[in-house]
Amino acid sequence: MRTNMPTSLFRKSLLGLTVAAAMSAAHAQTAEVEVLHWWTSGGEARAANVLKELMEAEGYGWEDFAVAGGGGETAMTVLKSRAMSGNPPSAAQIKGPEIQEWGELGLLGSLEEVAMAEGWDDLLPAVVSDVMKHDGEYVAVPVNVHRVNWLWANPEVLDEAGVEMPTTLDELFAAGEAIREAGYIPLAHGGQAWQDATVFESVLLATGGTEFYQQALVELDEEALGSEQMVEALETFKRLRELMDEDMSGRDWNIATSMVINGDAGMQLMGDWAKGEFTAAGLTAGEDYLCAAAPGTQEAFTFNIDSLAMFRVEGEEQEAQHALARLVLEPTFQETFNLAKGSIPARPDLDMSEFDQCAQQSLEDFQRTAEAGGLVPSMAHGMAVRADVQGAIFDVVTNYFNSRDMAAEEAARRMVNAAQAAL
Amino acid sequence: MDNVIRRRTFGARIARFSLYAVLIVAALFYLLPLAVMLITSVKPMAEITPGTLLSLPQDPTLAPWVKAWGEACTGMRCEGVGVYFFNSIAIVVPAVLISTTIGALNGYALTKWRFKGSELLFALMLFGCFIPFQVVLLPMAQTLGWLGLSSSRAGLILVHVIFGIAFTTLFFRNFYVAVPTELISAAKLDGAGFFRIFWRILLPVSAPIIVVSVIWQFTQIWNDFLFGVAFSAHDTQPVTVALNNLVNTSTGAREYNVDMAAAMIAALPTLVVYVLAGKYFVRGLTAGSVKG
Amino acid sequence: MSLSSPAVQPAAGPGARRSSAGLLQAWLPKLVLAPSIAISLFFVYGFMLWTFILSLTSSRMLPSYEFVGFAQYARLMVNDRWWVASTNLVVFGGLFVAICLALGLVLAILLDQRIRQEGALRTLYLYPMALSFIVTGVVWKWLLNPGLGIQAMVRSWGFESFRFDWIIDPDMAVYTLVIAAVWQASGFVMALFLAGLRGIDDSILKAAQLDGASLPRIYWRVVIPCLRPVVFSAVMILSHIAIKSFDLVVALTNGGPGYASDLPATFMYAHAFTRAQIGLGSASAMLMLGGVLAILIPYLYSELRSRRHG
Repeated sequence: MRTNMPTSLFRKSLLGLTVAAAMSAAHAQTAEVEVLHWWTSGGEARAANVLKELMEAEGYGWEDFAVAGGGGETAMTVLKSRAMSGNPPSAAQIKGPEIQEWGELGLLGSLEEVAMAEGWDDLLPAVVSDVMKHDGEYVAVPVNVHRVNWLWANPEVLDEAGVEMPTTLDELFAAGEAIREAGYIPLAHGGQAWQDATVFESVLLATGGTEFYQQALVELDEEALGSEQMVEALETFKRLRELMDEDMSGRDWNIATSMVINGDAGMQLMGDWAKGEFTAAGLTAGEDYLCAAAPGTQEAFTFNIDSLAMFRVEGEEQEAQHALARLVLEPTFQETFNLAKGSIPARPDLDMSEFDQCAQQSLEDFQRTAEAGGLVPSMAHGMAVRADVQGAIFDVVTNYFNSRDMAAEEAARRMVNAAQAAL
Repeated sequence: MDNVIRRRTFGARIARFSLYAVLIVAALFYLLPLAVMLITSVKPMAEITPGTLLSLPQDPTLAPWVKAWGEACTGMRCEGVGVYFFNSIAIVVPAVLISTTIGALNGYALTKWRFKGSELLFALMLFGCFIPFQVVLLPMAQTLGWLGLSSSRAGLILVHVIFGIAFTTLFFRNFYVAVPTELISAAKLDGAGFFRIFWRILLPVSAPIIVVSVIWQFTQIWNDFLFGVAFSAHDTQPVTVALNNLVNTSTGAREYNVDMAAAMIAALPTLVVYVLAGKYFVRGLTAGSVKG
Repeated sequence: MSLSSPAVQPAAGPGARRSSAGLLQAWLPKLVLAPSIAISLFFVYGFMLWTFILSLTSSRMLPSYEFVGFAQYARLMVNDRWWVASTNLVVFGGLFVAICLALGLVLAILLDQRIRQEGALRTLYLYPMALSFIVTGVVWKWLLNPGLGIQAMVRSWGFESFRFDWIIDPDMAVYTLVIAAVWQASGFVMALFLAGLRGIDDSILKAAQLDGASLPRIYWRVVIPCLRPVVFSAVMILSHIAIKSFDLVVALTNGGPGYASDLPATFMYAHAFTRAQIGLGSASAMLMLGGVLAILIPYLYSELRSRRHG
């Protein structure tokens, strides 16, 4: 392996591919990667299967370690227990600041060889590659870029209520009323802490703007967290509850999406992974369902980047792991995966003609906001702050949202405490 | 106890009638969740609508069961829960046998060979029943790593044995306390050894408590999710982990009938054990922990 | 315990051999117990000590050994969610144990009246103990969901104003946990009591009847006091179920709405595993264990003491 490396650096990927295939054929046993992930909802699982097939086509084995549930909470438990036992998987679905934490523990392996050979620095936008690096070295590979601040709608329900796709929060409330009068649930939602937080951050972005978002939810500025603007955001957020149905407790996000698909509900505020569900149901964007930036957030893009972090492994497993890292960023996987999952590719140089209008708009907005300064990390999806701070904010948000009598001022005060206590 | 209510007066009849009424209402309460699961698992998706949980299927089908067993997706693999079912068996059988054997020997040693401090040791072990499993997850992972047993079936079996012996020891200790010691003292005088006395005198009378211990351990280990998900490898995951993945793996509309069928499959072994051996379970409890 | 001493004894001459065999016999019970004791020392007490040590550190995602004194405990004391979880455990645990004991006793007494089909009924009451909430979680969520479950069903029968929406009510959600937990464990308690009732000596009852005591009075004054050891076993089993309740919460409410139905076990899990706060999680685990000890030790002591003479 090591002797071949300098030459393969200069080869194009096609040649490298045959070399890798020849090398793996030379081994009696196929090198395998064990991948821990929670891509278990229908669209996601199908998308991840593409990667597995690509690996197998190159002669590597894929040991699938899927652990469903709770936005990866169970998977993280498994990962920690595996890491404690000194036996981590080759790759695991880890993202955002958490990559840094694993890196600090010295458990992640460097992908610099692959990154240099493939020219990742030129390929990836700085916003993306920054997240993937620890101590200046790539330790993770991005799978996609999700936009979190989306509004999804069923056009038939909107028509029946006689409303257009809302572009401001006021319009959203007005449209919601009309939809309710037409006999539908205005806003599909699932009462889980992360879903509450997902809606909350979009509302805060709309009422406070990106600068305030950055101060409050990324930099955890105490003044911003306790400010009038925060109180306003919280109050508006709470008002949205009137547009939701009372059975939402504990409902999974994809069940809420299926309510929009089936025409039980009019709209849903959710990240673009919801599109995977629409696609899996055989619907076409722009015709059977509508997408738009969450009301009032047209100039912003809250990103959520899924990535595979690579643990420090050796020998054959490392070889297979590097092949995995390379394949993840190759056009075949980026295109198929993101078509199925609803997100946009992590590398912006790909041909987007296959993608639907929502994804095209997403990429356009991504590039536009990256220049204009509206590109912000999603707090609800662990891109902005560490897990402990995020958890403390979740507690405040979900408790306020579900409480009958907590005042917004009180919630804002607790938000300040949450940021302090977690430091 | 036999002739508590015997007089056949009018009042007694009413009492008798309301007695049955109360018992049947209680039975319905206990039955409700299982009935809903069973009914839903044989309904086609079209018949599953809000508020019709207990309506009998118009067009019963076994398709959800077939799918749950062999085709449903649990993550990326679409092989149903059947494979995992056998993983569970491979974990449960050795773990139950080992923990029961150890518990029996412990209970025997603690009651028939008392020594200074044996009661204290028993109390010490008893506390193991109360430790929440979430607490031991990380240190256990590290220990398994040291032992070279991480992500292996043997490691998972070891974990179940370790946290099972507190219970099995409790059962056997309470049972053997009630076995008369005269016979054993006599055997000791005759020169019979530790294992010989256990084999000849105690084991033959232990059937009821063995049943209790086996049922208890079988249920606990079969139903375990936390240890199963944390300490198994990708190809040795127990059925509860597969069930969790299956229920959370869905495309658009969730297939509730398949979910329920998979849940029924995962529940079947413990249900069968309870239904078939429930009588002996109660009998064993009479003989054991009650007389303490 | 010195495990090697039997083997170290020199075996010279027939007399010495016999005594060494005797010595081995004397040591055998301790040898048999030794592995279990060692296991429980290491895996229960060792791990508890380890958890205690971690609770004094600033451990975040994985254990580290940077000590911060009792700072994690101080943080716990000002954490609103922790207090909600602890209060919930008191409410949940208290109601769960009390209802299970009462329901179990009543059902056992009723079932002890020479009932037809006793075996079938007993199995029906007992079977929930065989199922975990991983299995029954989905169906419980349905039943309790006002739009899908019991409320919708009763309304479809024509009772339009029927309400059963505890699961979405922050003040009531914890009681739905009680319902499901009672469903699971009360049949088992019934079996324990039934076993106890069958074990009571008939002559005591006959004597009480001859004295002309009424039936309720016999039960209250004679039968129930005889069941005291059963109550002991049942409380032990129920309290360990209550403290360990985890699957139940995750399956039914996941702590919601908000964190209104959180319990210490789920609090500990969320912080130690999801939120990368192992230090805080360990502190909460220690308080949980402390709570267990505070309740158990006096109870165990008094019960074992009074029973030692039996």
